[in-house]
Amino acid sequence: MTVAVLSGKGGTGKTFVSVNLAAAAKDAVYLDCDVEEPNGRLFLKPEQVTSSPVAVPLPTFDGEKCTGCRRCVEFCRFNALVFVKNRPMVFPEVCHSCGGCALVCPVHAVTETPRPVGTVEEGLSGGVRVVTGILNPGEVSAVPVIKNVLQKGMHAEGLTVVDCPPGSGCSVMESVSRADYCLLVAEPTAFGLHNFKMVLRLVRLLHKPCGVVINKANGEYSPLEQFCAETGTPVLLRIPYSAELAARTAAGEVAVRRDAAIAGTFRGLLDEIRKEACDEKTADFER
Amino acid sequence: MKIAIPIEENREAVCVSFGRAPYFLIHDMETKTSEIKANPAAEAEGGAGLKAAQFVVDTGADALITVRCGQNAADVFKAAGVKIYKALSTYADENLKAMAEGKLDELTSFHAGFHGKS
Amino acid sequence: MRKLLILSGKGGTGKTTAAAAFIRFAEARAFADCDVDAPNLHLVEGNLGEPECFDYLGSHKAVVDPEKCVNCGSCQAVCRFDAIGADEKSHFVNEFACEGCGVCAAVCPQSAISLRDDVAGEVRLYMGERVFATAELKMGRGNSGKLVAEVKSALLKNAPAADLAIIDGSPGIGCPVIASMSGVDLVLIVAEPSVSGISDLERILKTAAVFRTKAVVCVNKWDTSPEKTEAIERFCAENEIAYAGRIPYDAEASNAINAGKSVADIDCAASRALREVFDRVTGQLTGSTQ
Repeated sequence: MTVAVLSGKGGTGKTFVSVNLAAAAKDAVYLDCDVEEPNGRLFLKPEQVTSSPVAVPLPTFDGEKCTGCRRCVEFCRFNALVFVKNRPMVFPEVCHSCGGCALVCPVHAVTETPRPVGTVEEGLSGGVRVVTGILNPGEVSAVPVIKNVLQKGMHAEGLTVVDCPPGSGCSVMESVSRADYCLLVAEPTAFGLHNFKMVLRLVRLLHKPCGVVINKANGEYSPLEQFCAETGTPVLLRIPYSAELAARTAAGEVAVRRDAAIAGTFRGLLDEIRKEACDEKTADFER
Repeated sequence: MKIAIPIEENREAVCVSFGRAPYFLIHDMETKTSEIKANPAAEAEGGAGLKAAQFVVDTGADALITVRCGQNAADVFKAAGVKIYKALSTYADENLKAMAEGKLDELTSFHAGFHGKS
Repeated sequence: MRKLLILSGKGGTGKTTAAAAFIRFAEARAFADCDVDAPNLHLVEGNLGEPECFDYLGSHKAVVDPEKCVNCGSCQAVCRFDAIGADEKSHFVNEFACEGCGVCAAVCPQSAISLRDDVAGEVRLYMGERVFATAELKMGRGNSGKLVAEVKSALLKNAPAADLAIIDGSPGIGCPVIASMSGVDLVLIVAEPSVSGISDLERILKTAAVFRTKAVVCVNKWDTSPEKTEAIERFCAENEIAYAGRIPYDAEASNAINAGKSVADIDCAASRALREVFDRVTGQLTGSTQ
């Protein structure tokens, strides 16, 4: 079963929940798709880490073959190609690697070579296999690295936890694409609720079953609970704000590995998720 | 020598944006004539600076006078041998005069692109 | 006009809270929310009136005409973005995955595919005594950098007389962040004292360095980990990065936000600390040292 953990707003506790969920299960895989700021590895501290580059194809032009017809430049919708002093020139950070220029060149003067945009690291942390995507600073698009993480990480048996980026843009869409269940981590504040609504819409649009974890709860802000009730979105767990837990998390501890009560809480959450995901599957089958 | 200047809708003032300026003024210093051409990159989704730079290079301009310019466009001009000068005044004609009198400095610092990429 | 951008690397460190406070302290007449994926600044800026709204056209999206499609699959074979699916009758494009490259349209033997304009979001401009530009990206869309550029340009066009513009940025280090950095005079990075916060701080500083943008750092909720706060202060000193101070965790700050107010509207430990950070940041902006 693949569970995607997402939030809309940043800083609500996605990584806290995903890391602890993966650590609480037996035989789990943790995929860090927040490739701009991958933090799961800071907690899980994986060992035996191997690393592989993520590259995107970049066109190069053979000056000998090029006839100067400029069909490639005309075709490129991203304006990544310019024709100067009788040859095409590509601007890598604007290129989308669509392969169009190579396709339209009548004399096969275009070849694509790999350009590195990030790295994927794989390692082990206790019973958790950790796959981390890391985008190179200065690169604009996270999607190729996320795709690579998902490819390397997906497995049929056991639990896969996908730690998603904040927001509801294309990176989030990509990260959630293969999930069986979406766990939304929300914080009970005005900003939290506003962004929660956006990400709930995204999850509903993709027809993914979902449930909510309310994190840093202090019993004072009710609009979030009201909204969940009104929209029929189940709240699976409420984690109260605790200065001690915050301090331990700040120090990089995996709470379920240090505290039996919290371990119990997350195992309970896992059971709830399995039940909810199962109900959805049955309901689908019956439809 | 041919000079290009990005200009505003009013066709007199220099436009602060290079890539998305509505028009370019192309002035021929020998024949002392000017043409105003619409900038095909004005509504570009992304890579506007590149498209505008291609356009300017294709007009045969030898020099560009602009308030600012992105790194990508600057690389195109460097490859094409087009010199970039910093605009001194708000008005295109005053800049051309300053150019003729050798009063303009070359533009040496360029900004990063806006990255209209997903 | 001088432009101050507020970023964080890590999400949830308090960018918007700080931005809202600074807007009050500076009595800023121009400000923008460039966190187009998840904009929040308007929630604490009250009394804005009705905005002018403009459609934001992102990249094009390919559309298959099912009448013309013969299900040959040529389009799916060339699509690099896994954006084309098929049923028994025809192929179709997934609008979320499509990047508008046009390769499918180029190969379709039936000319069944066309590229259409896609409304990918909305720019909202509030014009009053103060000018506020914000936007919201439609879900699943990319091209957020271009939308950020439009928000900034709307602000600059409509508030040219303002001497200081405050821009609330987004988390991360990618497209919208890079676009927001362009042309700003100073970036304030609001850091969180935790292992995640420190790692993210380093990545956002590296990104700022790639684009040669001047940065200054402050630590928010510093008392959740005095040890990590000191680590950040040492890091800044060792790397000659300007440091603007620290703000304590303060429940009053959350209460203010939940009531739709800026933290600067109430007197509390956080607002007092934010004022000191603000003074140091504006000192950096004008070039004087404090």
